[in-house]
Amino acid sequence: MMDSREAAAATSDTPDTWELRLYVAGQTTKSVAALANLKRYCEEYLVGRYTLEVIDLLQNPQLAEGDQILAIPTLVRKVPEPIRKIIGDLSNEEKVLVGLDIRPRGTH
Amino acid sequence: MHEYKLAPTALPQLPKAPTGIEGLDEITEGGLPLGRPTLVCGSAGCGKTLLGIEFLVRGIIDYNEPGVLMTFEETATELAANVASLGFDLQAMQADKKLRVDHVHIERSEIEETGEYDLEGLFIRLGYAIDSIGAKRVMLDTIEALFSGFPNEAVLRSEIRRLFRWLKDKGVTTIITAERGEGTLTRQGLEEYVSDCVILLDNRVIDQITTRRLRIVKYRGSTHGTNEYPYLITEDGFSVLPVTSLKLEHQVSNEIVSSGVPGLDEMFTQRGWYKGTSILITGTAGTAKTTLAASFALEACRRGERCLYFAFEESPAQLIRNMRTVGLDLQPCVDQGLLRIEASRPTLNGLERHLVTVHKLISEYQPQSVVIDPISNLVSVGSISEVRSMLTRLIDFLKVNNITALFTALISGANGRMEITEEGVSSLVDTWISVRDLEGIGERNRGLSILKARGMAHSNQVREFLVTEHGIQLLDVVIGPLGIITGASRLTQRIQEQAVLTAQQQEIARKDRELERKRRVLEATIENLRTEFESVEEELRQVNDEEHARQQEMERARHSAATNLNNRLSGPTQRPA
Repeated sequence: MMDSREAAAATSDTPDTWELRLYVAGQTTKSVAALANLKRYCEEYLVGRYTLEVIDLLQNPQLAEGDQILAIPTLVRKVPEPIRKIIGDLSNEEKVLVGLDIRPRGTH
Repeated sequence: MHEYKLAPTALPQLPKAPTGIEGLDEITEGGLPLGRPTLVCGSAGCGKTLLGIEFLVRGIIDYNEPGVLMTFEETATELAANVASLGFDLQAMQADKKLRVDHVHIERSEIEETGEYDLEGLFIRLGYAIDSIGAKRVMLDTIEALFSGFPNEAVLRSEIRRLFRWLKDKGVTTIITAERGEGTLTRQGLEEYVSDCVILLDNRVIDQITTRRLRIVKYRGSTHGTNEYPYLITEDGFSVLPVTSLKLEHQVSNEIVSSGVPGLDEMFTQRGWYKGTSILITGTAGTAKTTLAASFALEACRRGERCLYFAFEESPAQLIRNMRTVGLDLQPCVDQGLLRIEASRPTLNGLERHLVTVHKLISEYQPQSVVIDPISNLVSVGSISEVRSMLTRLIDFLKVNNITALFTALISGANGRMEITEEGVSSLVDTWISVRDLEGIGERNRGLSILKARGMAHSNQVREFLVTEHGIQLLDVVIGPLGIITGASRLTQRIQEQAVLTAQQQEIARKDRELERKRRVLEATIENLRTEFESVEEELRQVNDEEHARQQEMERARHSAATNLNNRLSGPTQRPA
């Protein structure tokens, strides 16, 4: 399944869409940095193919339970499966891309 | 000069949160520190989770304090199923908003670290859970799971430290469970962060018997029991068994209860034992210890009191049957509900389980007397010092409740060497009766003697007794030339005494006759002498008379011759004849 999808990606380079959810807690430096970084990556690699939801746990603490969020900030890739969680302020671009399974454009 | 001393009344007691767990509140002298985290560590299967859950549940049920359970390992349904057998209905409590169970699932493979982060999410979740029901008690089980999920230990540790500080600021009493480490209290070194109270649970296997022990390693700001206390996980939950009367402060009674054997009562000046004391009966095999115990039980029932009989060797039916043959009918007592016989093999359970069973039955049944027959095979379950410790607690418990307790113990060896009793059980009891085999020539007799009786004077004799159809009968004391004698020697002694008596009587009779004879002989002799004397007297008198007559004759003749002479001179002469 994975292989076929990767194969499809290799050929088409575009699995359907990414559903991303960023959990933050208020306006801490890490949260702000994470949001900024994420926006940058998305605009660079996933133009038009993603949906981003920012959830502020200070406003909605009950939502932490659903995705089992412990670390802040956490980026959750809900779609495509499997769910991946990336914790940290997303400053390490390589890791973020690998974690989200985004192939940087230009390299096949 | 200002003396920096607080007045005693101003010294605040460290506020404590009572756990509601049997025995733990006693050891901690009030409970866990209020508003502070407590660390509970132990190896696998010690019951850490259970301790935490019971802390929460009792908080809800007994003290109306809602609680939050944050579990990192088991899910909420698993936990609920696990504790359902203890009667804790977690689902219902959650429905009533008294309990909140949060399952935190950490999947290492899902997580990718990319930069700086903190664990604010955890704080938010926990904060939300606490605030949503106004919880006062929290349990984190087990926070070490975070270490497997988040590789950055530095961040983790600083966050954990922050978490505990945060919990303190929140004012909730927290229990944190952790796995025991090799050489350290916890595997991940959590004891550095939780320093207010640390409880260590231990699960030891000694001689194939598992014993669980609890120890309070540290309790800042309060005195506490520092020893290892055995604990059990029973059907009602966690149960710690401290020595109940650590202070020996129980009340005593002056009432006397009978032993059930009249002769035995007589051996005590008070005609029995004090109520609420403990009595130990030791003896070698076959010395009627159980019969004595049964007599005591029967007597208690006759007084209308309840008696609880723990039989570790015979089944109730066998006991009743055997006692019936000696005239002790226990069946009516059982039917009336005055006597309850609990039988089990001591090897069935550990010592602590026995103690808990005894506690439970006594609390349920409320007897005034308890018999444990025998205690010696408890040694097969534990070491002597453990048995002694258990018996100390048992005897204390019974004393505090003013229950008269009778124990029987088997001693081994012909020379009376005792293992369990000499080691120290005898110093725990108030009265010690020894039943011995008195081996005579070709026979064995049974005698009992009182070795000690605290608080009253008693006979020092070894009284022989028989087990008859009417129960135990003490025989009268027979004193022979070498002291008290027993058994068939009694008969010989009696015969001997009889013979001696008869001999004496005969001797007296003989002497009487001797005297009589002598008297007769004397009288006869006197008679003889008298007769002799009379005949001699007669003779002498005759001789005297003859002499007298002759003398008179001679006188007359002489006188007549003289007269004749005168006549011749003046007349014819006469030739003198």
